[in-house]
Amino acid sequence: MNLRIPILKLNDCLIVSIQWELDDQTALQFQEDLLAKLHETSARGVVIDLTPIDFIDSFIAKVLGDVISMSGLMGAKVVITGIQPAVAITLIELGIRLEDVMTALDLENGLEKLQRELEA
Amino acid sequence: MGYRSSVEILTEWDIVAARQLGRNEAKEVGFGTVDQARITTAISELARNIYLYAGKGKIEIERISEGGKYGITIIASDEGPGIPDVRKVMEDGFSTSGGLGAGMPGVKRLMDTFKIDTVLGEGTVINATKWIR
Repeated sequence: MNLRIPILKLNDCLIVSIQWELDDQTALQFQEDLLAKLHETSARGVVIDLTPIDFIDSFIAKVLGDVISMSGLMGAKVVITGIQPAVAITLIELGIRLEDVMTALDLENGLEKLQRELEA
Repeated sequence: MGYRSSVEILTEWDIVAARQLGRNEAKEVGFGTVDQARITTAISELARNIYLYAGKGKIEIERISEGGKYGITIIASDEGPGIPDVRKVMEDGFSTSGGLGAGMPGVKRLMDTFKIDTVLGEGTVINATKWIR
């Protein structure tokens, strides 16, 4: 069970859709894969869509937060999209603040936001 | 005692198995999507604590009912080192694992009732209950 999360390139952005529940190994592999892809493509922005994800625990939140900081070190901006209501509620109740993280309601809004950020 | 199912926690993969069991049970008992997410997340945190601090243990999920109310109790048990200062682990922001794990206060907020029984050198049992509103 070592499914890799596909990372697509669109112009100067990378698009990731996380489609299934992340186990620890898949989450850590994704972190490495995304950074390698950033390096390889010189992409300046990333959208990570979480629409199908119905829960996020502190481990997955940490991996996501870390990959956003790591991408920042490589000069890329990350937007998280599609956080479900139940996920937003449980993350805050759990005490996890993804501060300074750019978010948008869905992929379309996320890409727009990213373009604006990259042009700014 | 209601119907009980369990997952032994030995590896990281068992954390996934425990939360899948919890989500299925929560769905079957009739919890809505937000409570399903709360229960799944609480189980994930408790299972991870067992894996990180005790090495092995067990997550049990019991269906409960009382006076026409239905719910679920998560029982997380291990024979690990025990918790030296329970009051301290219940403080927000306290973690001995370098920021991994949101800690017990987070799990307590996700559930309706939360109880820790711990004996140094013998282990820890955590009971956390959620009722359908």
